[in-house]
Amino acid sequence: MTIRRHAVLTIAAALCGAMAVAVPASAQTVKIGLINTYSGPMASNGDQIEKAINLFMKLGQCKLPPGVNLEIIKRDDTGINPETAKRLAQELIVRDKVQMITGVVWTPNALSIAPLVTEAKVPFIIMNAGTAMITERSPYIARTSFTLWQSSYPMGTWAAKRFKTAYVAVADFGPGHDAQEAFTRAFTAAGGKVIGTVRMPPPTSDFAPFLQRVKDAKPDTLFVFVPAGKSATAFMKGFGDLGLGQAGIKLIGPGDIVTDEELPNMGDVPSGVMTMFHYSAAGDRPANKSFVAAYQKEYGPNAWPNFISVGAWDGMQAICDVVRAQGGKVDADKTMLLLRGWKNPNSPRGPIEIDPRTRDIVQNEYVRETKRVGGIMKNVELETFPMVKDPWKEFTQK
Amino acid sequence: MDAFLASLFSIAFHGLAYGMILYAISVGLSVTMGLMGFVNLAHGVFAMAGGYLMYTVMDRLGLPWLPALVVACVIVALGSMVLERLLYARLYKAGELEQVLFTIGLIFVAVALARLAYGTLPLAAPLPDYMKGQTEVFGRSFPTYRVVVIAVSAVLTAVLWFGVERTRWGAMVRAAVDNRAMAQAVGINTGVLFTLTFALGSGLAAFGGALGADLIAITPTYPFEQLVYFLVVVAIGGLGTLRGPFLGALFIGIGDTACKYWVPEFGAFFIFVATMAILLWRPQGLLGRAQ
Repeated sequence: MTIRRHAVLTIAAALCGAMAVAVPASAQTVKIGLINTYSGPMASNGDQIEKAINLFMKLGQCKLPPGVNLEIIKRDDTGINPETAKRLAQELIVRDKVQMITGVVWTPNALSIAPLVTEAKVPFIIMNAGTAMITERSPYIARTSFTLWQSSYPMGTWAAKRFKTAYVAVADFGPGHDAQEAFTRAFTAAGGKVIGTVRMPPPTSDFAPFLQRVKDAKPDTLFVFVPAGKSATAFMKGFGDLGLGQAGIKLIGPGDIVTDEELPNMGDVPSGVMTMFHYSAAGDRPANKSFVAAYQKEYGPNAWPNFISVGAWDGMQAICDVVRAQGGKVDADKTMLLLRGWKNPNSPRGPIEIDPRTRDIVQNEYVRETKRVGGIMKNVELETFPMVKDPWKEFTQK
Repeated sequence: MDAFLASLFSIAFHGLAYGMILYAISVGLSVTMGLMGFVNLAHGVFAMAGGYLMYTVMDRLGLPWLPALVVACVIVALGSMVLERLLYARLYKAGELEQVLFTIGLIFVAVALARLAYGTLPLAAPLPDYMKGQTEVFGRSFPTYRVVVIAVSAVLTAVLWFGVERTRWGAMVRAAVDNRAMAQAVGINTGVLFTLTFALGSGLAAFGGALGADLIAITPTYPFEQLVYFLVVVAIGGLGTLRGPFLGALFIGIGDTACKYWVPEFGAFFIFVATMAILLWRPQGLLGRAQ
């Protein structure tokens, strides 16, 4: 019995081998290393990347020349974990010989990978991590997501017209520091006063002591950045439990705090929260409507894509475009040349392009109000700041 | 000055809520260590199990919040009796290293099982509507949930202290802590006593874990992540006492809250420095007896 099963397996394997040979001789497999967060308490963010990429591939959005295939090799960095991310990147480059690296939810992980991709000359397309200076760390980095400066700086200007005093509360790591600096700079430049700042260690599950401090300080507005996902929900819960809204403190921030996929879990607390962001699942652009429809058809009517999904979706588009432009023979420097100035006029978030100078994303920022529309909590876009470049680079490089 | 008093009150309130949860979880650990001389590092597993079971009972059986809390504690207490008889009892006479290795192993098993059953994202039983929102406490509004946490834990602590100080069972426990051989000699069945006390401690841990799920997030790595806090509570308080861990828990709860409130950039730095200082001054803990 065992022997017979062995024989069957051998024949099957031989057939597979024969079929592999039957593919045209020009077959090119481009290997892409995907470093993403699949486990740990912050895995819900990695799930957004995973779902967007799978959907992108399933819908045949990746149009490649005949004979060219994409092989995505997935690795789990388990959360904010730079050592693990670095090891995974090294293995992907040395052992799996990937031609590009992509994914990466967290800034510290992206920073630990940066020196490796410079050394090995492997293009690194960042699908999420949003600290401004990451792209400066290697000429082989391009970013399809966002920077915190992009949202928090205009938010500061916007808020200064409406509020006199602000309290700033951010997660204590790269993007939080960026959000704090960007908002404070714009808010104070426009005449506002920041009466207190707190940096909260991620991941925090109990925000009450920090928020009690804010409540006791009685600012007009509270500007917050915490990572999207379950952290945002835990924060929103603390905000509601302590009654900061009832105490007359207006909550504002980048869109991470009202991330689309978690809105259904936040109850009525986020109602009236004002945020600045590049993507809302409620955006009324046709490209977004068809994106959300496809997403919900695949993952169920209660699944909402968020900005991380869109960063991954557009990242895959960029990868496929540059692979196609090179006919499957991927060269690192040529890839970077193609990525500089890469455009997508029709992303779910509106028109986007990669700045040829900084390799960072240029995109619209929207002022949004969170409110119930037809019984569902949504981030409704009210006002557009068109084609915002990363303000940090504008400040530091002029 | 007014603002300063208000901040002190804020810190005392939130610190008390956190401290009460820590106390409920850690008191069992202190008693097991004092009573049986057993270093049960896996104590946090029972707290985690309480949190997960309460979630499951509410989610699957649709029980309301309070009955679900009680059911979760009872299940964990009964389960811990089985574990005690099957596993722990074999190691009472073993060395400390064996006990530590065994209980660390138990944590690994529990973490893996929890991950398999519940995934890695934090879970918490949904609070009933009457526990959301705020309640007035001395003219200031505080989250109702935390007021409930403090009130329920205070009642439980009072019952527990009464039980140990005033009942026959309590007298037997205290006798066994003081001198196990003598207690056995005067006819106390220490085996049964150990099992019941162990179950009570585990049930209390489950109570703390389930009630405090919104304060200390329930994730599969809970027994590891929180272990250091439980141990600090017990070490500061002193082994085998009820009041010691209470002081320790209040110390951690209020200290941690004060640090987050005033000097968030230092994180838990001051707590651990203070812990070291206290242990250098009194290695047996605040209320522990010198060996």
